[in-house]
Amino acid sequence: MTETATPTSALVVEEQETRPGFIGTSVPRKEDRRLVQGEGVFFDDVKRYGMGFVHFVRSPYAHAKIKSIDVARALELKDVYGTLTGDEVAILTDPFFEMSVPPGSEIKDYALAVGKTRFVGEPVAAVVAATRELARDAAELVEVEYEPLDPLVDARRAQDSDAPILHEDAGSNVVWEGVFDWGDWEGTVGEADRIVRIKELHFDRFSSTPLECSGCLVEFNRGTGQWTMYCNHQMPGIGAIWMAPALRVGTDKLRFVTQDIGGAFGNKICLHPYFVACCLLARKLNRPVQWTEWRTDQHTANAHGNERWFEETEVAVKADGTLLGFKTHAIDDCGAFPRYEPLGCIIWAQVTPGCYRWQNVYVDFTQVATNKSPVSPNRGYSRMQHLWFTERVIDIVANELGLDPVDVRKRNYVKADEFPWTTPNGCVYDSGDYARCLDIALELVGYDGIDKRRRDAESRGKLLGIGIGSTLDSGTNNFGQSQLLNPELQFSGNNEVATVKLDIFGEVVVTLGTVPQGQGHETTAAQVVADALGISPDDVTVRPGHDTYWNSHAGFSGTYASQFAVTGLGAVKGAVDQLAGEIRTIAAAVLGGVPEDAVVLEGGFAKLRENPEAAIPFMGIGAIVNANNAILPEEARHVTLNCRYVYVPPFEVPDTERKYGNLTLTYASQIHVCVLEVDPETGAYEIVDYAAVDDCGNRIHPQIVEGQVHGATAQALGAATHETFTYDEQGNLLTPNFYDYHVPHALDMPPLKTGYIESPSPFTSLGAKGMGEGGGAGIHAVCAALQDALRPVGNPIVYDSCNPPHRVWELISNPAESRGRISVESR
Amino acid sequence: MSEPVAQKTISVDVNGTTYEREVEARRLLVHFLRDDLDLTGTHVGCDTGNCGACSVIVDGTLLKSCMMLAIQADGASIETVEGLGTDGELNPLQQAFGEHHALQCGYCTPGMLMSAKALLDENPEPTEGEIRRAIQGNICRCTGYVNIVEAIAAAAEAGR
Repeated sequence: MTETATPTSALVVEEQETRPGFIGTSVPRKEDRRLVQGEGVFFDDVKRYGMGFVHFVRSPYAHAKIKSIDVARALELKDVYGTLTGDEVAILTDPFFEMSVPPGSEIKDYALAVGKTRFVGEPVAAVVAATRELARDAAELVEVEYEPLDPLVDARRAQDSDAPILHEDAGSNVVWEGVFDWGDWEGTVGEADRIVRIKELHFDRFSSTPLECSGCLVEFNRGTGQWTMYCNHQMPGIGAIWMAPALRVGTDKLRFVTQDIGGAFGNKICLHPYFVACCLLARKLNRPVQWTEWRTDQHTANAHGNERWFEETEVAVKADGTLLGFKTHAIDDCGAFPRYEPLGCIIWAQVTPGCYRWQNVYVDFTQVATNKSPVSPNRGYSRMQHLWFTERVIDIVANELGLDPVDVRKRNYVKADEFPWTTPNGCVYDSGDYARCLDIALELVGYDGIDKRRRDAESRGKLLGIGIGSTLDSGTNNFGQSQLLNPELQFSGNNEVATVKLDIFGEVVVTLGTVPQGQGHETTAAQVVADALGISPDDVTVRPGHDTYWNSHAGFSGTYASQFAVTGLGAVKGAVDQLAGEIRTIAAAVLGGVPEDAVVLEGGFAKLRENPEAAIPFMGIGAIVNANNAILPEEARHVTLNCRYVYVPPFEVPDTERKYGNLTLTYASQIHVCVLEVDPETGAYEIVDYAAVDDCGNRIHPQIVEGQVHGATAQALGAATHETFTYDEQGNLLTPNFYDYHVPHALDMPPLKTGYIESPSPFTSLGAKGMGEGGGAGIHAVCAALQDALRPVGNPIVYDSCNPPHRVWELISNPAESRGRISVESR
Repeated sequence: MSEPVAQKTISVDVNGTTYEREVEARRLLVHFLRDDLDLTGTHVGCDTGNCGACSVIVDGTLLKSCMMLAIQADGASIETVEGLGTDGELNPLQQAFGEHHALQCGYCTPGMLMSAKALLDENPEPTEGEIRRAIQGNICRCTGYVNIVEAIAAAAEAGR
């Protein structure tokens, strides 16, 4: 079932004239033809003469001093080209830029471990050899002497007086800490009829684990001092900001080239340590070097999602279920090095009250380092953790006060007629109708008949539960939010670039500042260009991938944070509108000096509106400007037909004192409903019905939107049911590959029912909103459904985000343990 | 006891072309295809045989080319994604994958297509359950499999 709130999109082409456009239709994806033939170019497909293969020697200890490294035996092997160690890195590079304030800012992070190792799998040396196999052999011959130290694995212990300290330079395991106090928490407590207290909630570590691991092929040009990296870095602008100062060069010495990327999901933002090591090796050995991460290394030592604890939560509630506010202490575990952190300490605040009208919020937030893999943004980055918290709060409050979770949500959702809605911290929710999305989702799973299904399940010895996940995907970051963490940081606003040109034979060619990884940017950009120029997407070439030397880009260019539909396509729209104007300028001049607004663009021609016989093909326009410009009158000679536009969203710098301001431009919403059946004997459960309803404003390409919904749902269901990076007490990762870390397979996925509405964003050029990340709604819906199902067996409280059957069985077998985490005070 | 052979010359047929190469005895078939023959359509997504991105068909049997040594393929006939189409024309599976948006990043796609081909070669009219079972050895992190299952069903339908 689907439902739409808006008519088929129409695009204004000329004043007073509209026609249906390609925007809003599911045109064939431009990317697909090469990809289904195995003709995509992923970084590992690129070869260079004489290239060597890199293998990293990695730490077997979570925490250890490096006493010595001896590479002599490795170098003795035939066809081993060379090595790199932490000692060399410490001489040849500077530590990477840190975004935190003290103590986090004092952390020294290098391309290889220097002096000590801080997580299992941390690279301590690198070997380059003629083949992948030989490099691996040689790496085994590198002798590293370690002195093991006590590891810190549990973030809650990080500030204990006897806790091991990871970074002596920082002198503390705290990376960042701060208090967010919005509204009037103390006053709210006075107004409340009930205070619901939740001792502890825990959001597990997992990651999206893109199927293509990370890597690069690096060439060093000795003559120019420039490195070219054929790679899969998803955010080269930020990558260069980290890498260039570390390598002591300007950013223009670093050329990032990507074509096809096998998924990224945020996990390919923090590749700079590995890339710097490869750059040093390419320069040292004077040959191209190639590094392809192994899956086990990807899981062990690259990019986990943030793990987070919520301690001593209090929720102020009126007797009728109106939520007044909450207070919590969040402890975020960023692993051994902050890298993109501490941005996660503020990103959650984009969705401070979730989908709700909460006005009084107090969060004491601490991020700490532990002896585990560093984190990196991961689909739903930081908001997902917080939205899981808000949804858990809703369902726990409803459960404890005997309220209906549907009613509590509808009572507290921001209402459709209240948009734009300002949150207590100054974020502006642009548009939406959460209650209507919930109604659609409930209808999709047949909510009216749920009691009958519950009885039917009971008759089969099963416990049926239904749960809701209400989330937001906040898109288009205002980087000014970084100043709420560190007022010294000179980041604010956002930008993205596109160029559109008309070439000499009439070809329309687009370049993007973005770095796509499967989101279909070539296709959707072509739709926007086609509509503006009156041609077909088939007539538009969008250069695949990104090359920092070819593609015009800006400081925040990249593909991340659910923003392409706004920033990327906003830039495309700006550039193609300029180009359309230039085409009209030339046509008007050549067709006899008519006014520009007398010219329309249609079918590859610029025509006179009143006399369509008078027409010039785009090829003619391209040829005149590029090769026959002496015929042009003076007033048309400025035209280049090569238009660049930088889209800049309307942001201001947030108020750093109050930690107040608009942190993101758009808020897509996702309302999911999960129905599952639990076997109370074993804790095994099956999702028997599932609905996902999405509202991302105007849908540029419905099929792509739907695909993103499916994918985000699958990732969330994996995270809810199986995926967790579990560590033992010594800091060894127990789920280091797809053998132990179970991601959803085709047989694991329940039947998905999807629906949508379109609440256009008033703040974006196409009325669209970023929506690719989703908000982890599936995790929240599964947790809620489990808690609902388990009510008859002691009413345990679901307090972890990941609940494999063994954890469900623990809840069933000892409900008092989780019940002991909750208390309700009547006032 | 004789010394183990470190190198061997093998001859394989890949998509109708015969290749003769000397390979290290320990070289995986997937690396032979990708690095020695430059047939880079077959991908690597894991190191434990779980993800299926490297799936190819060897002498009519679907298998993961990271789980086989190149020397074991000596004399074999191998089908890879590059051989699915004919003279640039997409086969019904490839077409259906595009039409049904069964791929996003495209990294799992070649392996997924080979698994689907192996299924349809053997069972031209699979049920949804049979399709899901046939691709359960292939991990996709982008699509949630919804549209992949639809595409394979549509290709089966088209082939009837």
